[in-house]
Amino acid sequence: MSTTTTPTTPTDPTGAASPVRRATDRFVARLAGGPPRVGGTAPVRRTGSVVGGIVLAVFAVLPFVGVQVPWVLPGTVDVVNSAGTLQVLGLCFVFGGVALGYDLLFGYTGLLSFGQVLYFAEGAYVFDIALTQWHWALLPALALTAGVGLVLAVVLGAISLRVNGIAFAMVTLAFAQAMYYLIEDNPHGLTGGDTGLAMATARVPALLLGVGNTRDLYWLALAFLLVVYAVVWLATESVTGRVWMAIRENEARVEVLGLRSFPFKLSAVVLSSLIATGGGVVYLLLIGTVAPDAVASTTVTISVLVMVVLGGVGTRWGAVVGAIVYVYLQQYLLKVAAQPSFASLPGVLRAPLSQPEFLLGAIFILFILFAPGGIAGITGRLRHGIASRRQDAQKGGSSGARAH
Amino acid sequence: MSTFIAITISGLALGAVYFLVASGLSLIYGLMDVLNFAHGAFLTLGAYAGWEVASHLTGALGTEGQFAATIAAATAGGAFVALVTEVLLIRPLYGRPISQILVTVGLDLALVGLLLGAFGSNSRAIPAPAWLTSVTRVGAERLPNGDFVALGAGIVVLCGLTWFLRYTRYGLVIRAGVENREMVQALGIDVGRAFTLVFVIGGAAAGLAGLLYSFVFSGGLVDPTQGDQLLIFAFIVVVIGGLGSLNGSVIAAILVGLVQVYVGFYLGSHNGLAELGNVSVVLLLAVVLQARPGGLLGTPT
Amino acid sequence: MNGSPVSAPPAGGTASAHRAGLALDVADLHVTIAGSHVLQGVSFQVPSGGVTALLGRNGVGKTTTLRSVLGLLAATGRVDLLGHDVVGWPTHRIIRLGVGYVPEDRDVFAGLTVRENLRLAEAGSRPRYDDVYRLFPELHERGRQLAGTLSGGQQQMLAIGRVLLNPRPILLVDEPTKGLSPKYVSEVVSVLERIGGEATILLVEQNVHVVRRLARTIVVLDQGRVAHAGAVEDLADEDLVRRLLGVAGAS
Repeated sequence: MSTTTTPTTPTDPTGAASPVRRATDRFVARLAGGPPRVGGTAPVRRTGSVVGGIVLAVFAVLPFVGVQVPWVLPGTVDVVNSAGTLQVLGLCFVFGGVALGYDLLFGYTGLLSFGQVLYFAEGAYVFDIALTQWHWALLPALALTAGVGLVLAVVLGAISLRVNGIAFAMVTLAFAQAMYYLIEDNPHGLTGGDTGLAMATARVPALLLGVGNTRDLYWLALAFLLVVYAVVWLATESVTGRVWMAIRENEARVEVLGLRSFPFKLSAVVLSSLIATGGGVVYLLLIGTVAPDAVASTTVTISVLVMVVLGGVGTRWGAVVGAIVYVYLQQYLLKVAAQPSFASLPGVLRAPLSQPEFLLGAIFILFILFAPGGIAGITGRLRHGIASRRQDAQKGGSSGARAH
Repeated sequence: MSTFIAITISGLALGAVYFLVASGLSLIYGLMDVLNFAHGAFLTLGAYAGWEVASHLTGALGTEGQFAATIAAATAGGAFVALVTEVLLIRPLYGRPISQILVTVGLDLALVGLLLGAFGSNSRAIPAPAWLTSVTRVGAERLPNGDFVALGAGIVVLCGLTWFLRYTRYGLVIRAGVENREMVQALGIDVGRAFTLVFVIGGAAAGLAGLLYSFVFSGGLVDPTQGDQLLIFAFIVVVIGGLGSLNGSVIAAILVGLVQVYVGFYLGSHNGLAELGNVSVVLLLAVVLQARPGGLLGTPT
Repeated sequence: MNGSPVSAPPAGGTASAHRAGLALDVADLHVTIAGSHVLQGVSFQVPSGGVTALLGRNGVGKTTTLRSVLGLLAATGRVDLLGHDVVGWPTHRIIRLGVGYVPEDRDVFAGLTVRENLRLAEAGSRPRYDDVYRLFPELHERGRQLAGTLSGGQQQMLAIGRVLLNPRPILLVDEPTKGLSPKYVSEVVSVLERIGGEATILLVEQNVHVVRRLARTIVVLDQGRVAHAGAVEDLADEDLVRRLLGVAGAS
């Protein structure tokens, strides 16, 4: 342990940055370190991108697949490219993007926010109000939505970052709830209050409209997810991303190294909020209407948090998988509960099973207790198990192969 | 003038309910570093436990007996679900505060879902004695009796908690544990039992608060998501008062209750903005945090 | 039993260290805190009765050693305390074996009165208030004062007094004289000297004069390992003192 206390050449920008860089690298190395990385990261990452590419290609061509599949589809028609199924998958992608943005905040920077829904609601509502109430064209409406989202994120982010940890979670929750009440209040008849506000279609390009064009909306949602993935990937791999992770590990140490953590935390808040805003916009286009309980209630934030933790915190792809699993299950369970045969179940079973939130909450609790790494953690363990078993076999099953 | 007094008493009653919720949250957080998100579900469960007992007891115990049994059921229901939560979900996760918070988030999701499945999204009316929903005339004033019941319950719980913390062995352990949990263990004390106790106390207060809220502020109705709405205000009270400070939550509960009804009545209802009172509380939170990030009586971290 | 009271780590040894005249027998203790390997196989023994001093420069892991013995930090290895292997035990069970802990920063409860601090520490049915008040009359006089308003020396008396309320065969005392005025240093030292006559004390102490006066045996840590163990007379070795403790001219 070095105990030097005097900083050297603080005027040299590169010199000043490098100890920070080194320190953050150490944090990152320690975080990412551990047994699975021993065999090198490159092959794992390559397998990952191959798998990701294949999955992406499958999703991209799905609208052309008119196959009938019984039981597993969430839509009312058991055909893969039916409008209902494509819409549910589109919703999966929207929340995949939002969950990725949340992972950037919670998983990478360590900021537990309970108010992410605020920005999602802002995206959906401001865009809707501009299109529907003010009859703006698509692009100006988009610009306004982004601008309002940015201002809100900076101002509210700066206020809530006055506090840390649990208090931050509560303050973000309070702000989001204030937004919910404002929407419910229907000021000047703008938001439609409790009943919500259906999107006016006059200024929206035809190819994004109607059940017949669900395919385009599906691709739009997939494109949104891809863009978000690229942005989050670039951001978390950048120097700023390293500082985020260093803050998550030990904020005091980052400050001791002479780096103010506040601007970094704010940048994480703003970026993840803008992603949620984008998610709200795509949601509106996909679903065609907004209502406070679906778009602005705290349940949405909780769902996104559950998605990220289910998938695996701080892993990027885990958040996406978690979101897809969550939304798909939720919609599928709703469909199951609506079937006539379901009504014949005894009440003791029917009551809990009719509520996707109950099942998802219970699954979530089991994950926290028994698989805190989420789906990503489980697959990681499996992969590591296979790899080390292979290693064992190569070494003739020598007993020491798995010891670290 | 007459409405001002009625509004003020209503605000104090609301503050009393907030205090019932916030005191448990604050003690649990202070001792265990756990933000109990499931507290909202405890509130709702308490009210439903009251509804369950009250609707089965009609006529059996007389009006007053039924009312007492309703209150006892709500309190016991809240305490019981809190006990089970602590033992089954919180205890296995000691030393992992974030996981403890997340597990309470999942529990809240699951419990609200369960209540929706069991009772549907429609409200249920909890039977109550007639005097509870009527008013007392003081001169020209017409003051709802329910307000006084809520206020009285808040004061009784505050005095009881203060006595418990000051004069009992477990109270001593809890006060010491809020300050330095590790050193309490290093004196040979099993702090885990204090954790369970604090959870049970918090759950009991929450169950009572859920029932009182239904009676006094919700027209005798309870619905599955009611607790989560109330919980958010309790969170605001806890942050404004200072995390872990019981006295802070008393002051903040009164402040928030009063601001909410004053703004709601004098500004909101005149402009057709029914929720303005709720929004103003969030603004109050923002202002307090700018001035004192640690809350009114908290220590800034 | 034979030879020097602090000997080399035992080989295997399933027989209870307690019976061998040891109050504490630590073997191959490893502790990792936030990724850094703070204790790297610490092994030492504390004979029953008298004061054993745990020495070393700042940051070598003295406090970490005490805290991991008490279960306040997760550790691997073997810790035989009063005849029980306590690794993995919860702290309160370890303490109830008869251990008193006086932490580095006293850690009295600032928001509680002196009397309440003592009441909290009562463990048996017959707390020995008379003995404690005889040793520290000030604690009796200031019973209703909040502990947070006491001076450092008074807080140290409270921190020591509260572990003496109950019979404790072994005390772990972390830097009791740190930051105290000379008056309190000599008072604390004389109290520890008296306790050391009947109980076992493992003492972390930077002040070499205090160590010489109190301790019979010493254990010196360096870089997460035991660098030297022997009798207190070894401190006469200027070279050892300078090399391991970083202080010059101990005599």
